Amino acid sequence: MKTKHKAEVIPKNETAFIRVEHEKKTIIYYLRRDWQLYFLLSIPVLFAFVFKYLPLSGLFIAFQNYNILKGFWASEWVGFDVFRDLFARPDFGRAVRNTLLLNISDLILSFTIPIMLALFINEIKGTVFKRVNQTLLYLPHFLSWVIIGALAYQLLGLGSGMMNNFIEQLGGSRIPFLQEDLHWLFSYLVIGVWQGMGWGTIIYLAAMSSVNPELYEAATVDGAGRWRKMWHVTLPCIRPTIVILLILSLGHVMGGSFERVFALQNMATTEFTTTIPILVYRWGIENGDYSRATALGLFQAVIGLILVLIADRIAKKLGEDGLL
Amino acid sequence: MKASDSSISVKRPVRIDIWDVGIRLILLVASLSCLLPFVHVVAKSLSDDAYVIANKVFLLPRGFTLHAYTQILSDQSILQSLYVSVFITVLFTALGMIITICAAYPLSRKQLRGRTVITVLFMITLYFTGGIIPDYLLINNLGMLDTIWSLVLPGAFSAFNLLILRSSITSTIPVSLEESARMDGAGHFRILWSIVLPLSKPILATLSLFYAVGRWNAYQDALFYIKYETALRPLQLKLYYLVVQASESFQLEMTFVQTSSPEVLKAATVVFATLPIICVYPFIQKYFVRGVMIGSVKE
Repeated sequence: MKTKHKAEVIPKNETAFIRVEHEKKTIIYYLRRDWQLYFLLSIPVLFAFVFKYLPLSGLFIAFQNYNILKGFWASEWVGFDVFRDLFARPDFGRAVRNTLLLNISDLILSFTIPIMLALFINEIKGTVFKRVNQTLLYLPHFLSWVIIGALAYQLLGLGSGMMNNFIEQLGGSRIPFLQEDLHWLFSYLVIGVWQGMGWGTIIYLAAMSSVNPELYEAATVDGAGRWRKMWHVTLPCIRPTIVILLILSLGHVMGGSFERVFALQNMATTEFTTTIPILVYRWGIENGDYSRATALGLFQAVIGLILVLIADRIAKKLGEDGLL
Repeated sequence: MKASDSSISVKRPVRIDIWDVGIRLILLVASLSCLLPFVHVVAKSLSDDAYVIANKVFLLPRGFTLHAYTQILSDQSILQSLYVSVFITVLFTALGMIITICAAYPLSRKQLRGRTVITVLFMITLYFTGGIIPDYLLINNLGMLDTIWSLVLPGAFSAFNLLILRSSITSTIPVSLEESARMDGAGHFRILWSIVLPLSKPILATLSLFYAVGRWNAYQDALFYIKYETALRPLQLKLYYLVVQASESFQLEMTFVQTSSPEVLKAATVVFATLPIICVYPFIQKYFVRGVMIGSVKE
């Protein structure tokens, strides 16, 4: 019953004695009034603190010669020595190159193909055909990278993959889709497109459905065919969506999925599979070289953050909402 | 030519139909490419060893047998990893939803002091995190390596999900409804439980599915944190060791006289691991599509 009284009384006070109340309202006042809210909030705040903010202090070991037995406080501080050593390593240059190579080519493919697919789906009028298609196209998005990796080896494997069996039956010779560097790169990109192409159409299809139908009617009256309507009506209308999604994905060029590369890599291909997250795993968790691995992770996080901030700036300059 | 006769009377429909057929054909090829890999793996898993070894199985099973499946179901470690996956998925989803609700409801109250600061602190976690090694060292320091908790607790807080729920609460629940509840003497717990949660059911379903499918499919954290306790490996990690890396062999009971070839067993394992997702997929798809839409429309 107390809460009821407060809720009714407080607004009156606020309007009547604004100046006096402003001086009196301390943190304790708000804590007492909204203690239920602060109580609820304490749970997520605790989790965010322990699992998101506490690890940030672990980043300091990038400036230490960290020894897991000695612990954080007893380990020796070495300044930027770890970074100097890191930047001089050939593995580092290769990891940066691969991360950029995989992500940029992935961006180009995974960006254009969903737009084309959405344009095509948008043209289909029959609902059953459309719905069955969409259901099938969305499916790969729901599979884990392990399953996709396993499927990839079942289909594209050199010795017993279905594609190679098929090629051989047609009289061709077997292709090392996943067992040779350049072929692997190609397969990696195709598999990425396969996994994401259907899912990527959702936002574009939503944008297309809000295009004013009168524009299409006017275009038809002017004698525009299917392709001209796509090019001159649909695409310009969804341009804001395309621009914002492109900018947002530019911010992730330095990121990249660990699970995807890890599930598709194998012993035969090492040239393009060493990306930054893979190298962090190999150095840190497999070899226990925590300082160097943390330094590499920090390098990636900082560059990634800068890219996201730049992307946000560009988006805001173009009059979009941005992401921050 | 009969076709040309008809094209004189109805010129335009014929021309358009060609493109229509073309587009349908392209879409058909694309969606078949999503379906056929599964058809092949299912066919392989149901085939007799000899045909598989001879590379003669394509889209239909040859020499139908369920032998591989009986072997998988008798492999204790695979069933164990299935239990682990189910257990952590349920626990993770429940905990994740509790945290999300506990964060989203207070942050949707305009009168809450400090809500901007807390929202910003939550949003920062979306863009800057410690990374693989600091997370690993934290789990190590907390003594959670090789325990179930390393797979449940760290990911349960998701700033993305709570921001979605917060904007959904602010946009769908009218303020007047709450004010009248407060007039009747309801406190925040009561308002949350009796008004906000029932009215947010669709978005709660969507977010639980985000949590559940995300947890079910992830294997990175298990790969990092579950090293020695092989009994705690979730299904995806087990599948990784069995099929992708092929470093682990199937623990088959030796009472079987004849064991299937590894290729057939691998195919059956893939089907076994994919089946749960395929079964729920038709029902959860629409919630996911809705979630994508809400996530893309930030307030």
